Amino acid sequence: MTPWFKRSRERLTTTSKRSIPDGVWVKCDACGEILYRKELDRLLNVCPKCRYHFRVPSDTYIELLLDSEGRTEHDTGLQAADPLKFRDTIKYPERVAKNVQASGMSDAVRCLTGNIDSRHVELAVMDFSFMGGSVGSVVGEKLCRAITRATKAPSPLITVACSGGMRMQEGVFSLMQMAKVSAVLARLSRVPQPFISVLTNPTTGGTTASFAMLGDVCVAEPQALIGFAGPRVIKQTIGQDLPEGFQSAEFLLEHGFLDMIVERSEMKKNISTLLDLLSPNE
Amino acid sequence: MRDFTLDFERPICELEDKIDELERLADNGQTGLDGEIERLRKKTDKLRSEVYSRLTRWQCVQLARHPARPYTLDYINRITTDFIELHGDRSFQDDRAIVAGLARWGPHRVAVIGQQKGRGTRENLQRNFAMSHPEGYRKALRVMKLSEKFGLPVVTLIDTPGAYPGIGAEERGQAAAIADNLLAMAQLKVPIVAVIIGEGGSGGALALGVADRVYMSEYAIYSVISPEGCASILFRDASRASQAAEALKLTGRDLLEYKLIDGLIDEPPGGAHNDPASAAKEVAEVVTAALDELLPLNHEERIEKRIDKYTRMGTWIEK
Ligand SMILES: [Zn+2]
Repeated sequence: MTPWFKRSRERLTTTSKRSIPDGVWVKCDACGEILYRKELDRLLNVCPKCRYHFRVPSDTYIELLLDSEGRTEHDTGLQAADPLKFRDTIKYPERVAKNVQASGMSDAVRCLTGNIDSRHVELAVMDFSFMGGSVGSVVGEKLCRAITRATKAPSPLITVACSGGMRMQEGVFSLMQMAKVSAVLARLSRVPQPFISVLTNPTTGGTTASFAMLGDVCVAEPQALIGFAGPRVIKQTIGQDLPEGFQSAEFLLEHGFLDMIVERSEMKKNISTLLDLLSPNE
Repeated sequence: MRDFTLDFERPICELEDKIDELERLADNGQTGLDGEIERLRKKTDKLRSEVYSRLTRWQCVQLARHPARPYTLDYINRITTDFIELHGDRSFQDDRAIVAGLARWGPHRVAVIGQQKGRGTRENLQRNFAMSHPEGYRKALRVMKLSEKFGLPVVTLIDTPGAYPGIGAEERGQAAAIADNLLAMAQLKVPIVAVIIGEGGSGGALALGVADRVYMSEYAIYSVISPEGCASILFRDASRASQAAEALKLTGRDLLEYKLIDGLIDEPPGGAHNDPASAAKEVAEVVTAALDELLPLNHEERIEKRIDKYTRMGTWIEK
């Protein structure tokens, strides 16, 4: 029983829904170590003691991957409609408005054209803080446009997934985003440009079962929860406890569904090298 | 005669039973019953059309899951000839939750693939309640590639509560298997026609559902999550499934209105289980007509149209 197994199991049961808590001191979700907030930021929100990767906002990932020069963000004006007139505890448009206000984003993905070590790329980064990174029509359309830009340029595509799956409040419109994004990826696949999919904690449901698993290369952060069905649903269905480390990035790597696990601090370097190696013209 | 009757079917069934009884008496020589039989028939038809014209979405869910409803193999057996079932994903196992094979569908030679529910406990265990493991989707994909090689169109019949949520399914890449099918179906060179004949349960249904034409049987459902699942997550109460069904707008009529499907296939009065033969006839005709339309197109054009169709799905506000 290796130590990370234990930690990731603790995460499954206690589930850290929040991203990084505010304040001067932060307690590591995994090992319980008390960490100095500024130090943690400097370390890209990776626990120095146990290497647990705290969930980070899309900003962090954009900063992490893209050169500071030549960034353009696209489609920031797209907002969710309410085709179903959906209402759970509150009306869907109210929920969206709250999330827009709290996050400053229009929905759960941000798409940019930019450069990685001076190489032109299309980047799409999901943000869990917007309705759990759920995929509805806006996320689907923004991804579709990013993929189309990559196909036309042509240029590499990088997606960073962080998502609980499809957005229930948009019903079958959400479900169809899996087909929509996969269908435009079929177009990209005819162009010799790499699509690198980065999976972070968590990537589950229809997000995993569509674009996140369709990368030419699939890379995950250490210990990230990755799967189709959520651990709770599986536990309920089979009526027994899940094996330790189940649905962790390490588990997926072992079973052959990831190319590699890369620490956040090494992510840009690795992606950059992959782009060099896969680039159609050197 | 009836093993299972839904609440809202019961008053109709009672009238039908009464008619049966009177007919039996008439057959045995009792006279003067014709008027009464005729009156009851009219009453039954009127009641049925009343009940079915204002079905709630939850009642539609119940019809889609009706245990007497025709399943994939019932359609295959009624519609096709020369059906040869093909087994296995050539990698791990044969997943009996999905049936795949070659057949003649009217004038067309096709590959036909669909999720298969079981009748009774034993068969349901074999079929895993039509909840596929990754091998089911991989078998489906293998047969699609086979039909692509030989230029045969693909017909899929969709009827599943969803992909199976289990340890083995996750270990063997449930998500990757579904994703691979979505990508492959988007660019398959032969025509694909999909019919949701019962339950269209989320990603597990969509894994057979990317197609040039997607139809739903009149009382089939298609949803991003089961009403029970939605209720327990959003309303924190699984017993509010009927409310969730309303909120999810998961009927064929809803999806046709949203232009997320290409058409509805009529079911006989009272639903497909009341007359499986004419239900099958309708499905057969609609699919044949779709194939007639799709086959003459060259494959590049067909694929572009298919992808374009999906890129249009969604609704948003752009500021
Ligand atoms: Zn730690």
